[in-house]
Amino acid sequence: MSATIISSPHGARANRVDLIMLQVLLALVPGVAAMTWLFGWGVLINVALASLVAVAAEAAVLKLRGRAAGPAIRDLSAFVTAVLFAIAVPPTLPWWLTVLGVLFAIVIVKQLYGGLGYNPFNPAMAGYVFLLISYPVAMTSWLPPQMLAEHALGLVDSARLIFVGAPPVGLPWDAVTMATPLDAMRQALDEGQTIAEIRQSPLWGEVGGRGWEWVAFWFFVGGLALLWRRIITWHIPVAMLAGLLVMAGLFWWVDPQTHPSPAFHLLSGGAVLGAFFIATDPVTACTTRRGQLIFGAAIGALVFVIRTWGGYPDAIAFAVLLMNIAAPTIEQLTQPRVFGHGRSNG
Amino acid sequence: MSAPKPYRQLFRDGLWANNQALVALLGLCPLLAVTTTATNGLGMGLATMAVLVLSNATISLIRNLVRPEVRLPVFVLVIASFVTIVELTMKAYFFELYNVLGLFIPLIVTNCLIIGRAEAFASKHRLDQAVVDGLAMGVGFMLVLTFLGGLRELAGQGTLFYQADLMFGEAARALSLSVGPDFQGALIAILPPGAFIFLGLLIALKNLLDKRAKRRQLERAAKTSAPVDPAVAAG
Repeated sequence: MSATIISSPHGARANRVDLIMLQVLLALVPGVAAMTWLFGWGVLINVALASLVAVAAEAAVLKLRGRAAGPAIRDLSAFVTAVLFAIAVPPTLPWWLTVLGVLFAIVIVKQLYGGLGYNPFNPAMAGYVFLLISYPVAMTSWLPPQMLAEHALGLVDSARLIFVGAPPVGLPWDAVTMATPLDAMRQALDEGQTIAEIRQSPLWGEVGGRGWEWVAFWFFVGGLALLWRRIITWHIPVAMLAGLLVMAGLFWWVDPQTHPSPAFHLLSGGAVLGAFFIATDPVTACTTRRGQLIFGAAIGALVFVIRTWGGYPDAIAFAVLLMNIAAPTIEQLTQPRVFGHGRSNG
Repeated sequence: MSAPKPYRQLFRDGLWANNQALVALLGLCPLLAVTTTATNGLGMGLATMAVLVLSNATISLIRNLVRPEVRLPVFVLVIASFVTIVELTMKAYFFELYNVLGLFIPLIVTNCLIIGRAEAFASKHRLDQAVVDGLAMGVGFMLVLTFLGGLRELAGQGTLFYQADLMFGEAARALSLSVGPDFQGALIAILPPGAFIFLGLLIALKNLLDKRAKRRQLERAAKTSAPVDPAVAAG
């Protein structure tokens, strides 16, 4: 009689980095498709360009470090970084800025710290912040969503905008670009308008920025897929969105005329994308359950604080980077008690 | 009192092997804060060097008069006096540069590089040794400041020695270089994070060069079986 003895772990799924990264990429597809539908081909051009540069940079650095480039590229982590970076930047971003940002993310933030698994900061967000601080003008001019665009851009127009830096013939730059909902809201609030007045503008949909709500929705669907596949756990996304909603709700409840509703905060900008795809980065987030709750809630609270009183239009990247640097400390303070050991000498 | 060292070694230590900015990582506060342009770096470097040479000389002269229990307050007093002299001099002759460097001139007093050299070297060596050491360490620090300032300026605003006329007079206006009006610099290079990133890259570059030099020397030694310079082999 022969019996095959299978030793533990009895996992049904292959637990490999490349499979996890592949599923993250697949989960991003609906959101990226929604963005492409709204903002045109620029989104896809950015994704392609960023992926190309990320892989080339990864291979070059690994060669300099005297390591095999193949395994590191096949684990697809550079692609995830590239895609997250590409959907965070405006679809009109000049090509050389995309190249610079991805180089910074892969070479300095990821590989100089030792590569995948060793980087203390989320590479995509660090690359984004690097560009936002260095080139604030280019990084804050977005395209209007297609239902508001008077001049929707085709493939050729988008490519011209990105690679030559020229708007379509006969149009001034201002006719093509538009501020993001968060940016528009902040400017209007600074001018002393009330929320009711601001909401008159066609820029707004039911709750958030028109069109942007759908982007958030599809990223939410992708995030649910990640939860279902158990690639992430619920702790960070739920804690982060709760942190954001509680803060926003508190101020909205006190003064709804100068503070947009919690739903607006949730559905405009990158809150949902950040909660499911960026804050949950397994390398730079906390790994203890209690730590993840603290980590996520602090990011959510920081997002509200930076959006409301900070100087930049969106806050996901800053909040995530700030908590990345706090993650090791949180983790140390939230180590679970080992069974059988006391609290005092654990 | 320690044995005198050959001047060549003092200079090699100050400029490279024991460079206070790149190896000892002393004096980082002015290093990171004022090196937004090569001119600022050079101005700060010259001021620091002047204070360092003068304080090293004075401390070497009084080294046998000061009791060890009170040496640190005395060092600080000496350094503070010279910083005041340098500050007033700059205010009188380079007022614009003084305005740019601002608070960081008085803060030279707290630059640990200066009190570090006073404690580690000047208080244990002859006058000539202390002066040469101050000069070598000062030049080494100044070079790093200027180089870092130049790098950050070039990456950040695409110029080199911008506003050099503040320091050297109108004749130096020609010294200012510009990449061109279309150049869009990365603002981060001029902001504080840029200082950390570029300093890190500079230190990495120095370590890389040291490693290469060491490997070459070992290879040559293996080939000719000549004795290896112990300083290089240990470094």
